[in-house]
Amino acid sequence: MSSLHSVPTTAAAAPTRSRGGARRKGLRRGVWPVLVLFLPPAFLLFTIFVVLPIGEAAWYSLYDWSGYGAPEVFVGLRNYELLFRNPVFLTALKNNLLIIAVSALVQLPLALWLATLVSHRIPGVVAFRLVFFLPYVLADVAAGLIWRFVYDGDYGLLPALASLVGMTAPYVLADRDLAIYAVLAVVVWKYFGFHMMLFIAGLQAIDREIYEAAEIDGASRLQRFRRITLPLLAPTIRLSVFFSVIGSLQLFDMIMPLTAGGPSNSSQTMVTFLYSFGITRMKIGFGSAVGVVLFCICVTFAFFYRRGVMRHD
Amino acid sequence: MHMSKLGRGLRLAARCVAGTAVISGLALSSAAAQTKVRWLHVEQNPLVVEYWKEVAQDFEKANPGTTIEMQFLENESFKAKLPTLLQSADAPHLFYSWAGGVMRAQVDAGAVKDITKEMSGEWMDGLNPSAAKAFNHKGKFWGAPERMTRIEFFYNKALFRKAGVDAGQIRTWNDFLKAVETIKKAGITPIAVGGGEKWPVHFYWVYLAIRQGGQAAFQEATSGKGDGFAGPTFVKAGQLFKQLADLEPFQPGWQGTMWPATLGAFGDGRAAMVLSFSGTTPVLQRRNSASGQGIPDEELGTFSFPVVEGGKGLPTDTMGGINGWLVGRNAPKEAVDFLRFLTRAENQRKMGARNLYIPIAKGADAAITSPLLKASAEGLAASTYHQNFYDQDLGPAVGRVVNDTTTDLAAGHLTPEQAARAIQDAWELER
Repeated sequence: MSSLHSVPTTAAAAPTRSRGGARRKGLRRGVWPVLVLFLPPAFLLFTIFVVLPIGEAAWYSLYDWSGYGAPEVFVGLRNYELLFRNPVFLTALKNNLLIIAVSALVQLPLALWLATLVSHRIPGVVAFRLVFFLPYVLADVAAGLIWRFVYDGDYGLLPALASLVGMTAPYVLADRDLAIYAVLAVVVWKYFGFHMMLFIAGLQAIDREIYEAAEIDGASRLQRFRRITLPLLAPTIRLSVFFSVIGSLQLFDMIMPLTAGGPSNSSQTMVTFLYSFGITRMKIGFGSAVGVVLFCICVTFAFFYRRGVMRHD
Repeated sequence: MHMSKLGRGLRLAARCVAGTAVISGLALSSAAAQTKVRWLHVEQNPLVVEYWKEVAQDFEKANPGTTIEMQFLENESFKAKLPTLLQSADAPHLFYSWAGGVMRAQVDAGAVKDITKEMSGEWMDGLNPSAAKAFNHKGKFWGAPERMTRIEFFYNKALFRKAGVDAGQIRTWNDFLKAVETIKKAGITPIAVGGGEKWPVHFYWVYLAIRQGGQAAFQEATSGKGDGFAGPTFVKAGQLFKQLADLEPFQPGWQGTMWPATLGAFGDGRAAMVLSFSGTTPVLQRRNSASGQGIPDEELGTFSFPVVEGGKGLPTDTMGGINGWLVGRNAPKEAVDFLRFLTRAENQRKMGARNLYIPIAKGADAAITSPLLKASAEGLAASTYHQNFYDQDLGPAVGRVVNDTTTDLAAGHLTPEQAARAIQDAWELER
């Protein structure tokens, strides 16, 4: 969503950036054809696929509507009232927060640590990078299916490994206290490579001479990390947090093959909740209300995060 | 569906393009007008698909110029995509239906064609009337049934012998509970259940409600009399179900087990019983078993869902599906012709002879040769009250709540009272 969002703003902002007297006129003349040629496609796509659906969802959310015909039964804000009273939605919200927390507190440090290890130019490092990045290349659904097999209590990899050491593994995906943690493990496994790549790029942009100077000054490894790496990598870290929060909020494809939100709705996220309580129950109005709430959360976060944390980036 | 002006413009543009394509297509094709009937199904049993293909080929041979295009969607995506699909230009002409609440919503939205006139007379006379009635809404017919299923217990004869249990002696719910205990004591998992999909669990609760309250209880609940689904019949059904769940009769990890794996566990002999569909179970337990062999037909047995002592339901009351095909709003005449062809006795007998399902054309079930399916068909023919699955009959919203709550009840997360109340709350929300 954030990438789509930035399309028209950068396009629109481009002409205003041009400053300077004599060149201004010429530039402006040159800018119009560009505007006329390049703005409409982006603008149209953005309107049809982003603005209109959002508006439509907000409109549908005020109706009790099955998805067939036109929405006719106006219910005001009842869908929202039902939504916030629904204990499963609260579980979903809590799970989303948990995923964000684990992304920020486990996944990012792990990615950063590995990035510092594999960012040096030493032999064999490319192979390591590739291996760490591989899970990210997999489709979410494929990853979910693979891990469903790994966790399978009868024929899975996990019970097989457990039996090697003489233990019996629990049926992880069938346990409502464990299922969400099983999902979290897959999330970390799937996405740490992406963040690692971001960090590698950030690390390689840091001037080697700064480290050399610090080394000559007698700075320890920890000091170099805390005083040089972290501050200079801060913009990348902030970006990485941004991606992981928005990504966590939208987590869906991987959960469906893994647990489908179960057991007992214990591993629902907001989007799987939208799907199973809105779409499959033919409650498009209710589902739209979930969508609107999710949208508001994403936009509020994106706005304040960009305004506050990423202001200088 | 709401369309903005912009959307309408786009649609017009798309139509122009499509129109040009059609015209050029016409120019290329021969003079004979081709009609394509789009037929959307959810069938995963290759034997059934094979049978349908043959029927379609027979129809094409008898009606030159008509082609039947079979389209497939997996069950869950079928349900999720159908609303959008039916309102698009690519809407299927014939699509699968379980009748019930979903069908009523589709009819009310004008997505389905009224075929009352075409069905009256010879066609209707050849059909089992109670099956045909399932496709009636607002006094009109919107589709035709093709097959029926009964939900019944399948059991592994070898495991029953090993545990020393005689299936013929299981008549009442208490008999059943005792059998479960005995099987468990013999070190065998008594029942395989697909808790990951939830609807296999709701069978138990619904059957117990049918046995406890009979047809009257369901009619009273749906017409809003008394406490509805929170009333004594449904609470009692929950309590009886809990008696079973408390024995921990299901396979380990049952809350995460999907339906194919459930049948596989039964086929592999990892559980002694499964509450499942007449017709497909013997085939699918074989296909989903780890060995690929499953249980041979002669080692498979069935028995009806046990009766509840003091319950108002009759032992001959049944639960199961009535499945058929609805006709899309813009379907050509040929689609209706094909549906008539598919449901006529001659073809239905072929389906019966292959032991795939219980046919709904009068007399076609005589063609069934498998003793198991024959028993189910006889049970259905003698049925005093056939209840469609709740998760279809009550519509998708209430239906999913029934599935969720009965599964939570079995897992011990809800009490029978809470489960019944949750279902009634969902039902009231729909009124």
